[in-house]
Amino acid sequence: MSPWLVLAGLGAFHGLNPAMGWLFAVALGLHRNSRRIVFLSLLPIALGHAVSIALLVFAVVVVGLIVDQRILEIMAGMLLLGWAAYHAVYGHRHRVRVGMQTGMLGLGFWSFLMATSHGAGLMLVPVIIPLCLASGSAGELTAAGSLPVSLAAIGVHMAAMLGLTAAIAIGVYEWIGLAFLRRGWINLDAIWIAALAATGLILIA
Amino acid sequence: MASWQPDPSFYPSPRMAAKAPAEGLAYVASFDPERRKPDAIAVVDVDPASATYSQIVGQVNMPNAGDELHHFGWNACSSCLCPNAPHPHMERRYLIVPGLRSSRLHIIDTKPDPRKPKIVKVIEPEEVAEKAGYTRLHTTHCGPEGIYVNALGNAEGKAPGGIFLLDSDSFEVLGQWEMDRGPQELAYDFWWHLGHDTMVTSEWGTPDTFENGLVPEVLLGSKYGRRLHFWDLHKRKHLQEIDFGEEHQLVFELRPAHDPTKAYGFVGCVISLKDLSASIWTWYRDGDKWAVKKVIEIPAEPADPDLLPPVLKGFKAVAPLVTDIDLSMDDRFLYVSCWGTGDMIQYDVSDPFSPKETGRVRIGGIVSRETHPGAKNGTLNGGPQMVEISRDGKRVYFTNSLYGPIDPQFYPDGIDGWMVKLDVADNGGIRFDDKFFVDWPRGHRPHQVRLEGGDCSSDSYCYP
Repeated sequence: MSPWLVLAGLGAFHGLNPAMGWLFAVALGLHRNSRRIVFLSLLPIALGHAVSIALLVFAVVVVGLIVDQRILEIMAGMLLLGWAAYHAVYGHRHRVRVGMQTGMLGLGFWSFLMATSHGAGLMLVPVIIPLCLASGSAGELTAAGSLPVSLAAIGVHMAAMLGLTAAIAIGVYEWIGLAFLRRGWINLDAIWIAALAATGLILIA
Repeated sequence: MASWQPDPSFYPSPRMAAKAPAEGLAYVASFDPERRKPDAIAVVDVDPASATYSQIVGQVNMPNAGDELHHFGWNACSSCLCPNAPHPHMERRYLIVPGLRSSRLHIIDTKPDPRKPKIVKVIEPEEVAEKAGYTRLHTTHCGPEGIYVNALGNAEGKAPGGIFLLDSDSFEVLGQWEMDRGPQELAYDFWWHLGHDTMVTSEWGTPDTFENGLVPEVLLGSKYGRRLHFWDLHKRKHLQEIDFGEEHQLVFELRPAHDPTKAYGFVGCVISLKDLSASIWTWYRDGDKWAVKKVIEIPAEPADPDLLPPVLKGFKAVAPLVTDIDLSMDDRFLYVSCWGTGDMIQYDVSDPFSPKETGRVRIGGIVSRETHPGAKNGTLNGGPQMVEISRDGKRVYFTNSLYGPIDPQFYPDGIDGWMVKLDVADNGGIRFDDKFFVDWPRGHRPHQVRLEGGDCSSDSYCYP
């Protein structure tokens, strides 16, 4: 499969999760009785998510400039497995810093924290590394080659995430209503943990 | 362990919760005022179709005597669905049951058999005091950061009382909740406005001023609690204090609107030093501050001193003593327990600043000793106290004991426990269910009621 499709797919997977922001956008719209707020809220949510991922990709590229590809993969794989374990044990158990009265800045910060604590960026590493390698000359990872391709990768991921988040948020706000959450909110966090662990194994294998 | 879907008793909004199925069981705190036998959580059958309707069908005894079980709550509730801190794949399964006197915390599993709950963990007072710095555990709520438990005393049994957090999976004591408590010293109840990131707390007194009964000098000196405190729920910081003034003593039960977009709630004040009246106050958002307004005043009733306990004889009147209130899920009806006079009053509070009385029943009471169709003897003692409303608002349950050492101050000849139920008409109006009278087993007295699946003082919501 094209790595770009995988990036978009992961963006959709992240966007689908209520814990990544569409539900917060809907809630804020309901509180302030405004469809505009639903739409507006999606922007800081997508941005916070993208910044979290960008920082991680940046870190991977920097480490990749120093160490061999194989070592980089093993390091990233171990980190993913660790993150999956952390998430399985601690999950939601952390300070709650942002509440329903938040402004757009707080919402962006919240999204950044959620994406980071969920290890959203880590999940992209197996796709990003080959893309960056392919962009450099002779399969070497270079800063000059990695920058544009990384930015493009984050852009594709964020666009897919934003697209799906917006579609669900507005669909729920306008037509579906929140009652479906009672049965329909399946444990995406469990799937997420499995995805983190699988990604880690792919990198190490 | 995490489940695949949210617990079926979690509802995104109070509107949806009001459509929940009727409860089949009630859990009731039951304590021995003599502190000889262990206290218990009793299970009462509240399904009218059942052969054992209005009977105690199960009981779990505490491992020690003298806990004084009082208030309790669930490990998880509808706030798990909140968008800012979502963790919906949990079960509403465990009752968090503190001992007010012992400061011991019991975790009780209701799942394998809801009629035979079992204790699965006991946290000793030393551990709570060491990790959280508090004693005299009072009220619990499930919320955004886990399980919140409040306490009326610090580790030494003095002020300040406050709140601590309990991990909602492991039930480990996480530590003190407050990061900046400002001027707050006394504690009683707490709850919040999830939609407004605001915690509200109220005041009773330090343990030395209530553990042997109310102290008249402290009361008449207006030294018991008379303030509300407002906090930033997420920064855990004290924001504002509102003093009800010297006249008002014992600011107790907090009932914020269930609709998270509404920024108001109700609190009961037990007694006025001016005329023994009780009052209900509405707190509300006024610009960028919180404010309060007295919206109900319930007068004392003149009475023959011969019929009054020593504390009231000189006043020749029976004080209403509003010791508990509860707000229906749709924020429409407020129920007010007058433990002194024996009245349970229903107000329509659709306009929170202008309540209208829509129903009233009388049972027990210091002077009236009113009976119930289901009671065997002609007179009842104790009065309406801890009150709980079903999620659909159609049924109201209440019990008659206040607090071990205070009960005899107002009911010197003792309190024989009972639990009763009201049926509520669609547009207001209450009457007793003649078939529901639980004659509480002698030796124990009933206190707070929790309904299976949740009730009107157990859950908070993030969506309107």
